[in-house]
Amino acid sequence: MIQVENLHKKFGKNEVLKGVDLNIDDGGIFAVLGPNGSGKTTLIKSILGMVVSNKGSIAVSGRSIKKNWRYRKDINYLPQIANFPGNLKVRELIRMIKDLRQMPSEEEKLIELFQLEPFLGKKLSTLSGGTKQKVNLVLAFMFDCPLLILDEPTTGLDPASLIRLKELIQKEKANGKTILITSHIMQFVAEVADEIIYLLEGKIYFKGGIEQLKTKTSQTDLEHAIAAIATTPADA
Amino acid sequence: MLKILKYSFYDLIRSRWSYVYFLFYLILGFVLLFLNNDVSKAVITLMNIIIILVPLIGTIFGVMYYYNSKEFIELLLAQPIKRSSIFLGQYLGVAGSLTLSLVLGLGIPFVLYGLFKSDAIFDFTLLLVTGAFLTMIFTALSFNIALSNENKIKGFGYAVLLWLFLAVIYDGLFLMSLIIFKEYPLDSFSLAATMFNPIDLSRTLILLKLDISALLGYTGAVFKQFFGTNQGLIISMLMLVLWTVVPIWRLVYKSKKKDF
Repeated sequence: MIQVENLHKKFGKNEVLKGVDLNIDDGGIFAVLGPNGSGKTTLIKSILGMVVSNKGSIAVSGRSIKKNWRYRKDINYLPQIANFPGNLKVRELIRMIKDLRQMPSEEEKLIELFQLEPFLGKKLSTLSGGTKQKVNLVLAFMFDCPLLILDEPTTGLDPASLIRLKELIQKEKANGKTILITSHIMQFVAEVADEIIYLLEGKIYFKGGIEQLKTKTSQTDLEHAIAAIATTPADA
Repeated sequence: MLKILKYSFYDLIRSRWSYVYFLFYLILGFVLLFLNNDVSKAVITLMNIIIILVPLIGTIFGVMYYYNSKEFIELLLAQPIKRSSIFLGQYLGVAGSLTLSLVLGLGIPFVLYGLFKSDAIFDFTLLLVTGAFLTMIFTALSFNIALSNENKIKGFGYAVLLWLFLAVIYDGLFLMSLIIFKEYPLDSFSLAATMFNPIDLSRTLILLKLDISALLGYTGAVFKQFFGTNQGLIISMLMLVLWTVVPIWRLVYKSKKKDF
C-alpha cells in the first residue's frame, strides 16, 4: 500500500526524519508510535503530500506521490488538531467536502452513530473540542477509501464515543482497508493495532507485532514495552 | 479550482466586510456626484481616493483572509485537489469579491446619474479597470507576504509597510531623486520609475487621460507624449498585467514547496 524509501525532512536546522524506510502492506491496522517530536506527524503529512520531503521517495498504491495529487482520492485523513473554518456550519462543511470529493458517502450513519444531529446547524467555532473531533471523524470515515490515516483519533472523545470509534475501526479493517494510526494511548493501541511501527529520532526503530515487541523488551504489557524500547539496544 | 473559488467567494460574500466595502463605494459615489454635479470632476476626486484606498484594502484583506483561512487550506490540502488550484482559487475568490464590490459600488451611482450619456464614460471605465488591477496586484502581493510569513504580526506588518512604501515613500524618493539629479536629463528615468510602481502607474495613466497633464508640470510633457498615445496606454496596461501575473506566479511556485 505504502512504500517509503530513505525519507529525509528538515525544518530549518531541525532534522526530523533521517532516512525512513517503511513498507506497509495492504490491509490491517498499523500504529505509528514514538515519543513527542519523533516525526510521526511529519511522516504522515509526507505521505499525504502536505510536507514536501528533502530526499527520498514515497509511493502509495504503487504510484509515486511526487507531482501527483490524484492518489489522495484513495486516502481518508483525520488531522491531529481539528482545525475547521469557524464560520461554516457542520452541515455546510460536510456538504462542501462531499462536493469537493465527488464520491459516494455515508455521512448519515456516522452522524447518527456519534449523535451529531443537534449540532448540524451550529457553527464549527461554537463546538466543544470533543464534538469537533466527532465531526472530524465523520469527515474521515464517510468515504470508502482503501487507506485511512488517523492522527490521534482518540483526542477529546468520551468513553462511549471511544467504543464506537474502536468498532468503526474494526469494521473498516474487516472490509480489508489499510489503517495507519498514531496515538499515545497505549491501551487503545493494544486493542486495535496489528503491527507497531516505532519511530525514534527520525528513524524506524522497530517494526513488528505487539507480541514481538513484548518479547524483545521482556515486558508483559505494551505500555511498559514502549517505554522500555528506547533503552533496549536495536539488535537485542 | 472553480470549486475552491466558489467556496471562498461565497464565504466572502457572506461576510460583513464585503458589504461594508461595497456600501462605502456606493455612498462615496452618490455623495461625490451630488456635491460635484459633474461626472468628470467626480472621476478626478474618485481617482485620488481609489489610488490610495484600493491598494490598502487589497493588502489588508488579502493578509487577513489568508491567515483566517489557514484551517480551510489545511483541510483542503488533504483532499485530492491540486495545490495550485487551492491557492489560486482562494486568491481569485478574494480579489474577485473585492473587485466586484468596487465595480458595483461605484458603477451603480454613476450609471444612475447618467454615465452612458456623458462623455466621461471612457475615463470612468479606465478608473474602474485600474482599480480592478490594483486590487488584483495588492491582493496577490499580500498573499505572497502571508505565505512567506508564518507569524501573523510580522506578515501584517510587512504588508502594511509594502503599501506604505508604494503609496507614499516611493513618491518621496522619486521626487528627491528628481531634485538631486535635476542637472541630468530625467525623461526616461522618470518614465521607468513610474512603471515600477503600480500605484504611480495607475495615477499617471488616469491623470493623462483626463487631460490635466498641465498639473504634472515638469515631466508632464514627456509623460503626455508617452502615456497619452495608444502605444503608451498599451505598454502601461501590459505593465499592470505583469504586476499582476508575477506575484500570482510566485504564489503558485512558493505554495508548491511549502510544508503545512
